[in-house]
Amino acid sequence: MKRKLSLVLVVTMVLSLALTGCGGNQPQAPAAPAAPEEIKIGSVFPVTGAIATFGQSSLNGTQLAFEEINNAGGVLGGRKLVLINEDNQSKTEETATAFQKLITQDEVSAILGSVASSHSLAGAPIAQAAGIPMLSPTSTNPRVTEVGDFIFRACFIDPFQGQVMAKFALETLGVTTAAMLVEQDSDYSKGLAAYFKKAFEAGGGTIVAEEGYKSTDTDFSAILTRVKAANPAVVFVPAYYGTVGPILRQAQAAEIDAVFLGGDGWDSDKLFELAGDAANGGFFSNHYSPDAGTPEVEAFLAAYQAKFNAVPDALAALAYDAAYMLAQAIEEAGSVEGVAIRDALAAINFTGVSGSVTFDENRNPVKSAVIIEIRDGKQVYKATVNP
Amino acid sequence: MAKRFSALLQFALVLALGYAIQMAMDAGMINRYYAHVMTVMAIFVVGAVSLNLINGICGQFSLGHAGFMAVGAYTAAIITKNPDLILPAIFTGNVRFILATLLGGMTAAFVGFLVGLPSLRLRGDYLAIVTLGFGEIIRILLLNWDFVGGASGYFGLVRHTNFFAAFLLSIITITIIRNFIQSSHGRACVSIREDEIAAETMGVPTTRYKVIAFVIASFFAGTAGSMMAHLTQMVTPASFTFILSIELLLMVVLGGLGSITGSIGAAIFLTYAAEALRAFRAYRMILYSLLLILIMLFRPKGLLGTQELSYGLLKESFKSLRTRWQRKKNDDITAAAE
Repeated sequence: MKRKLSLVLVVTMVLSLALTGCGGNQPQAPAAPAAPEEIKIGSVFPVTGAIATFGQSSLNGTQLAFEEINNAGGVLGGRKLVLINEDNQSKTEETATAFQKLITQDEVSAILGSVASSHSLAGAPIAQAAGIPMLSPTSTNPRVTEVGDFIFRACFIDPFQGQVMAKFALETLGVTTAAMLVEQDSDYSKGLAAYFKKAFEAGGGTIVAEEGYKSTDTDFSAILTRVKAANPAVVFVPAYYGTVGPILRQAQAAEIDAVFLGGDGWDSDKLFELAGDAANGGFFSNHYSPDAGTPEVEAFLAAYQAKFNAVPDALAALAYDAAYMLAQAIEEAGSVEGVAIRDALAAINFTGVSGSVTFDENRNPVKSAVIIEIRDGKQVYKATVNP
Repeated sequence: MAKRFSALLQFALVLALGYAIQMAMDAGMINRYYAHVMTVMAIFVVGAVSLNLINGICGQFSLGHAGFMAVGAYTAAIITKNPDLILPAIFTGNVRFILATLLGGMTAAFVGFLVGLPSLRLRGDYLAIVTLGFGEIIRILLLNWDFVGGASGYFGLVRHTNFFAAFLLSIITITIIRNFIQSSHGRACVSIREDEIAAETMGVPTTRYKVIAFVIASFFAGTAGSMMAHLTQMVTPASFTFILSIELLLMVVLGGLGSITGSIGAAIFLTYAAEALRAFRAYRMILYSLLLILIMLFRPKGLLGTQELSYGLLKESFKSLRTRWQRKKNDDITAAAE
């Protein structure tokens, strides 16, 4: 009996797999008769795995933008945009497979993604070889767009944030001494720190202490004691909120009265849970602020909250911008050909939630950063810094 | 003599088949996505079959396979990316890639030897912990080595891996490991799995055989790493977490510990399943895990147990099915008569 049951199960499983395999080849949604042809756009955002929350935010932002664009009549005279997202399980190898699938199976016109730089770097050579434009909303590593002329990004790169915070410390806060706490196993952290140091010293400041730690560390008292001894006016902590939280809390316990500065990795409500009131008085650079007050931000906030019932983070904002940027490029190109979209993107002049964007010769956006102050457990818009 | 000739003929026929598939891919008859997935399958076959040698044939529980793949991947990547490092610059293009893959495998084998020698005196859970720790050490070393790009990885490799290269490697791996198992050395390994104390009493140098199996498996893991690196055109430490070891272990257990054909089948099936389930979007990984639970519930020995899939086995199972069918029919007849 049991044997028979297992046989039935195995057969159903194999059949269901075979059938889904066939199903995948068919178009995602049957087009209504006589409607203009849809434009398929692929995206590779991780909705499972280590950075699933980042992927989900990015997917939300993209979906919202596509919905708005389609409701407003689509692009190229009424053609609708169809989003096909492939999960990459937060893995590098899976990203390559997903890119290959989107380009070959789904024949997408362009790809949005991926989130992490290492993932985008695995997908970029495939997009480049196929001549399909790729626009990553959030991959900040400078090397991503160096893969080729079809690869773009919607965010500023790591070195820029370091420069922005150094400029802010020197000019707005008026300080001349700084300490840095650098995560040794993160290129993001090392990149920001290197450019902060360069800009800070070039502007007449001195780095009085430079301490390293691992992303898995939980006890920072030893390095914080050394920081305290150096007596800096500001402490730059370029890292993600998961480690920044404990650092801020332990710094408060160690009675360090310097101002703490950071990068976009600080952008999470979790920071307040982890750091408590120790986060107050800190500043960090980010891609956008919900409080910036521009009409684009207001409209985006309202729409996002209505659809997802949450305040959008920077990932959602950047994905939303990337989707609109791509739609504008397709409109201006007047075609869905890869080369035409690429040329239109390269020449784009776009204004979105995260500011105005033009691309430089390396296909990196020239755009402004916002400085956010943490006051009473809330993120408060402080200033906009232009490149 | 005739037997050897027929084995060679078989080998040549299989290779010709692989080459024909590659030609079909180049001609565009098989699209690039399928080609990519098939290449990944072949690479996972190498990984799973080699891990099966340690876990299935030798009965040792290793969780460090990702570490060996990382060693092979990075060694080969360094060689192909730097035209005058390690290997002289006269080797270029695909020749350099083949040599780099071999050297990657050899480095992994050497590391396997270093790790295996002290740790293979341990048994069961302890060995699992040691190999797990080793895998993490490799990953963290790579994470902090700036020459290979640290955390963000080592980019800009040329895409040397095609289907035929991965297929050829998998055939070589299967042939060598199959022959090893059928040799007296392989029998010694199996005896260790069945009963280590008895094997030792009978004079089998258990640690030595365990190390031999470990080194062979590490070699092939290293070559698989090199193939993977030159397929995705980059290597990053994040690709070689212990999750990868677990995935390979899954293929081995699912196919049946000790069955090479089982590992091959499971590697192909799991890679296929992950792709086929894409149609379910966000629920894909839930279904994938559910599939694994179901298979383990109904086939705790793995799909093939310790058996090998062969003409003989097929014939036998067909025969047993027929006798059962016959018996059932007879029962029905008697029941009807009553």
